[in-house]
Amino acid sequence: MSDVALRMERVYKKFRKGEVYNSLRDLVPALTGKMFRQPELSENDNREFWALQDLSFEVKHGEAFAIIGHNGAGKSTALKILSRIMQPTKGRMVVNGRLSALIEVGAGFHQDLTGRENIFLYGTILGMTKSEIESKLDQIIAFSGLEEFIDTPVKRYSSGMFARLGFSVAAHVDPEVLIVDEVLSVGDYVFQQSCMERMRGVINRGATVLFVSHNLKAVTELCQRAILLQHGKTVTIGSTDSVVRRYLSDAAKPADGAYKPVYISQVTVRDRHGEQATFESGETATVDVELTARAAVEKLAIVLWLTDQSQYLIFDTSTERLGHRPFSLRAGESYRCTFELKLNTAHGAFHLGAAIYRYDIQREYDSKLPAATVFVGATMAVRGAVNCFPRLVAAETLASASTHECGV
Amino acid sequence: MKKQLKELYKYRELLYMIAYRDIKVRYIQSIMGFMWAILMPVLIVLSGVVVRYAYALAAHQPLKTVDITSVAVKSLPWAFLVSSIRFACLSLINNKELVTKIYFPKEIFPMAAIMASLFDLFVASGALMVFLLIVRTGWGPHLAWIPVLLLTMVVLATGIGMIVSAASLFFRDVKFIVEVLLTFGIFFTPVFYDVSMFGDKGKWLLLNPVSPILDGFSACIAYQQSPDLAWFGYSVGFALALLLGGYMFFKHLEPAFAESI
Repeated sequence: MSDVALRMERVYKKFRKGEVYNSLRDLVPALTGKMFRQPELSENDNREFWALQDLSFEVKHGEAFAIIGHNGAGKSTALKILSRIMQPTKGRMVVNGRLSALIEVGAGFHQDLTGRENIFLYGTILGMTKSEIESKLDQIIAFSGLEEFIDTPVKRYSSGMFARLGFSVAAHVDPEVLIVDEVLSVGDYVFQQSCMERMRGVINRGATVLFVSHNLKAVTELCQRAILLQHGKTVTIGSTDSVVRRYLSDAAKPADGAYKPVYISQVTVRDRHGEQATFESGETATVDVELTARAAVEKLAIVLWLTDQSQYLIFDTSTERLGHRPFSLRAGESYRCTFELKLNTAHGAFHLGAAIYRYDIQREYDSKLPAATVFVGATMAVRGAVNCFPRLVAAETLASASTHECGV
Repeated sequence: MKKQLKELYKYRELLYMIAYRDIKVRYIQSIMGFMWAILMPVLIVLSGVVVRYAYALAAHQPLKTVDITSVAVKSLPWAFLVSSIRFACLSLINNKELVTKIYFPKEIFPMAAIMASLFDLFVASGALMVFLLIVRTGWGPHLAWIPVLLLTMVVLATGIGMIVSAASLFFRDVKFIVEVLLTFGIFFTPVFYDVSMFGDKGKWLLLNPVSPILDGFSACIAYQQSPDLAWFGYSVGFALALLLGGYMFFKHLEPAFAESI
């Protein structure tokens, strides 16, 4: 066996959008219609688009490799081709070794079955044999921490319990090639930590891992090499650090040539006295975001977020989530939104990101990161990402227990 | 194709697991589960008895026990076929999550649906056995035909199941068409009546590949005879061809499943 675990060779994937005949009732008239009409070639071409174009890369055994890119860059398509759910339109994909894809933790669980039965069901779906699951059953149950509920139907589980059970099964698959999608990074902080821990374990055991994520922190921590995709094409491939740097610099560019019907024209940060970039921890910053529309656009929302220096998302909000109805703009109109953020962060530099987003069709019109950078100073010695404004209320030696045995 | 079959064999545990899930889920509300397994055949048998009684009245002849036995014996495999096709037809659509997210041979879904229906058939056969004991149907060497007949039925159901499951994924009205065909299929299949009632014209009915199989069940259980070998051979050939064609059709479309669902 060669030392290549996974190889994509000039892979292309084409999708059709628009009209697809999905019932016989539509298909039959369409077919008979076609016999009498001239074929409309040009129209057909418009309905097709390439989700991936000429994608080639190689992942060696024991390597951790990341695929990064914006929404719609083709990551999910690449992943579906790698996990063999979809076939490429052109090109070839080669996998050496047992492949397992953690695309959605808990997909395949059945609500009416108990936790134990679902372990067997999901385990076999992920490619384990029954005897393998039996031998690992105790471990899986222990890892999930759901011993008490293991014979309860999973429909009575909370979503957290559901995810824990799903991940416990997935984490015990022991594949040679593991494909991990973004969805692993949903869930609470503790769950994410255990996912990361387990991922590190899998990599240390010598498995090949392919990681698809927006979470740049996780990507830099876990992977040695990465590929950056944009609109289905490869932008760059190389060491994770250089690829992430390229990704960020691309994101920061004002406009990448593409026509934007509405764009972020200005982002300013100020305090009570005027424009300002340095704040004390706990102080309130006022952020103005200005948009300008080149054409009429509808149902917009503004998204504002904060990341730390390693691009780790620490806060995220939007006009929609703050209860402001989506707004529309006519051509030439401008719009301003003012946010107030209480900078409850620890000491450090933070990047402010802003984006114009339309929720119902999930379209991002423009995005800026960093739109601004703020420096937060803390007089107190706090470490970590946030400032909880600690106060020491008491600190004293208590009398030892032996002298106060009857004190209860 | 050899590679595909090898892969299917590799995933056999998943097939059992999905079939187990389908059965378990159906029987979890035990009343509904047993109703499904018993009620359908009972209803078919009762309608058959009514129809048979009407024949007897029209012909001025008494209704014989063996006629009822024959109807009962044919109703169960028919109910199996109907439920197999119905469940197989929806099997891919109902497992959308798995079809679009995880790789494995997808023919497992229609096959599991058929295995679950087979389980229902066994449950219903228990009830039928009681009935046969009560009416004192005789035992004989011809009963050895039952496994062969049943296997042919399963092969036929699998072939049809593969075709309808894949087709219903691409064309959402296929399931309605299938439902209509299943509803009216009983009139073109000798369940309530015997092919022999039609005399010479009976051979036209036997062209329906299900007919010789049902006739075979009736012959070997109710009448203690061998099935009509020539016609049964035709059914076997038809079933095998359908299975092969259905499997190839399914595998041909499978790569497009995730994009089309």
